[in-house]
Amino acid sequence: MEKLINDFSFGLFFWQAIILLVLILLLVKFAWKPIMESITAREEGIRDAIASAETARKEMLNLKADNQRLLDEARAERDTMLKEAREIKEKMIADAKSEAQIQGAKMIEQAKATIEGEKNAALAELKTQVSGLSLEIAEKLLKGELSNKASQTVLVEKMLDEVKLN
Amino acid sequence: MVITKQPVRLLLTAFVGLLSVVAMANPVTDSAQVKVDTAHVAAEATHTAAEHEVKALTPEEEKKEKVTAFIEHHLQDSHDFTFFSDEKEGKHYGFSLPVILLDNGLKIFSSSKFHHGEEVAEVDGNYYKLYHGKIYKTDATGTITYDEHHHPTNAKPLDFSITKNVFSLLIVSAILLFMFTSLAKSYKKGPVPTGFGRVLEPLILFIRDEVAIPNIGEKKYRKFMGYLLTVFFLIWLLNLLGMTPLGINVTGNIAVTVCLAIFTYIITQFSANKDYWGHIFWMPGVPVPMKIILAPIEVLGTLTKPFALLIRLFANITAGHVVIMSLIAMIFVGKNLAADLPISLGLTLFISIIELLVAFLQAFIFTMLSSLFIGMAVQDHHHDDHEHYDGHDFVDNSIV
Repeated sequence: MEKLINDFSFGLFFWQAIILLVLILLLVKFAWKPIMESITAREEGIRDAIASAETARKEMLNLKADNQRLLDEARAERDTMLKEAREIKEKMIADAKSEAQIQGAKMIEQAKATIEGEKNAALAELKTQVSGLSLEIAEKLLKGELSNKASQTVLVEKMLDEVKLN
Repeated sequence: MVITKQPVRLLLTAFVGLLSVVAMANPVTDSAQVKVDTAHVAAEATHTAAEHEVKALTPEEEKKEKVTAFIEHHLQDSHDFTFFSDEKEGKHYGFSLPVILLDNGLKIFSSSKFHHGEEVAEVDGNYYKLYHGKIYKTDATGTITYDEHHHPTNAKPLDFSITKNVFSLLIVSAILLFMFTSLAKSYKKGPVPTGFGRVLEPLILFIRDEVAIPNIGEKKYRKFMGYLLTVFFLIWLLNLLGMTPLGINVTGNIAVTVCLAIFTYIITQFSANKDYWGHIFWMPGVPVPMKIILAPIEVLGTLTKPFALLIRLFANITAGHVVIMSLIAMIFVGKNLAADLPISLGLTLFISIIELLVAFLQAFIFTMLSSLFIGMAVQDHHHDDHEHYDGHDFVDNSIV
């Protein structure tokens, strides 16, 4: 113990205290503080990254479900639209058909009426022409008969025959 | 309390305790043996010196004396940095360090003036002589007077020299500053350090996660990290440099460990909360007479903790140095070189490996116990487990 006390060098103690104090202060300022902060920041970064990855995963799942739902909705909508379109098409076809039938019938009716009219006109004209011809014939005959007695009689007889025949 | 809760750490601590038995206790008897020899030789030497007779020592004794002197010289601080010496030519290879004395004003001169203690240095009309690593004021002829215990009675000026240990401390501090500021800078480039920082970062995390947080607590540890990290790396690096042939022995110097322990003590006392002082001066849960008896014991307890801290570090490192140097010295002292050489080298290698472990462990234990003491001072006590806590506290002290 006496040797230990004898060995104790106050100068060394003094310098050691100063060096240690300065070393602690310098290291704290220039090394430990930035190092600890960096390490803590990194660890927090890792923790955050893991947490955000987890939330991203959850969001992804949600998104997937959403997408699926949207897809289903779209599909259903498409189906109804197709169905409606089909119905409209069929209705249009049916409408067109009935319209066409009505129109056709109408046209046929008109055509019939026209034909009837024409026919009547033609008949009337024919009648006039026939009566005209008959008159002319009668005129000519009368002229011929009246000029020749014999022939008149023949004619009358012939006509009478004809009438009998009729 | 943390140690005992975790069996691994308990084992580790027990191992360390046993280690000191292996690495220290046995050699201590050895070195004691050597010391006895030394004392004997020294006494003889003084005797002869006093009687002005030249009594020749046998060559073997002379060698032993030289080895002991060399080891003792190594363990002590010195005023110059000598790597090795050539005894025959009286040459010393190394460099001188500045001597700063406070003796009627500041005296600054190079230690080369002492010529390794062989000459008297004259500065501003004052004469100084180096004797056994200490500077004494003397006269022009360098007379040194002794008392009956062979201690010099000359006046000792206050010595603030930049000694070998101070110089080593400065170098180590510079290395530490360089290492960790570059690590701090490497974080600016990216979140993960590159190069040597990859080695340093796990150590910092180790101190934080295994030492500071379990002992001090998640909430309060941040404040003390600077001290704990600095002390850990400083002690470790100094221990490791002590293992190199540079021949420095900083952590094996009592003044250095005293300073470290005082820092821990001051930090502990100044960060202590009301609970801590309450437990020291007015122990809760015991009868009043016991409180009065316990108070001085507890006050003493606060002092013995850092005292154990300083002695542990000093003793372990000094013992390691003594053992290794003694084992190497076997080569020179032994009679049969062929037999002694392999034994000496083998044992030195073995002890060196243990010392490498001790270098880390002592740094770790110093940091660990510092954080434990700080943790005890700052922690919030839960009154439910008082008995529990105090029991463990006692166990902790007895183990380490």
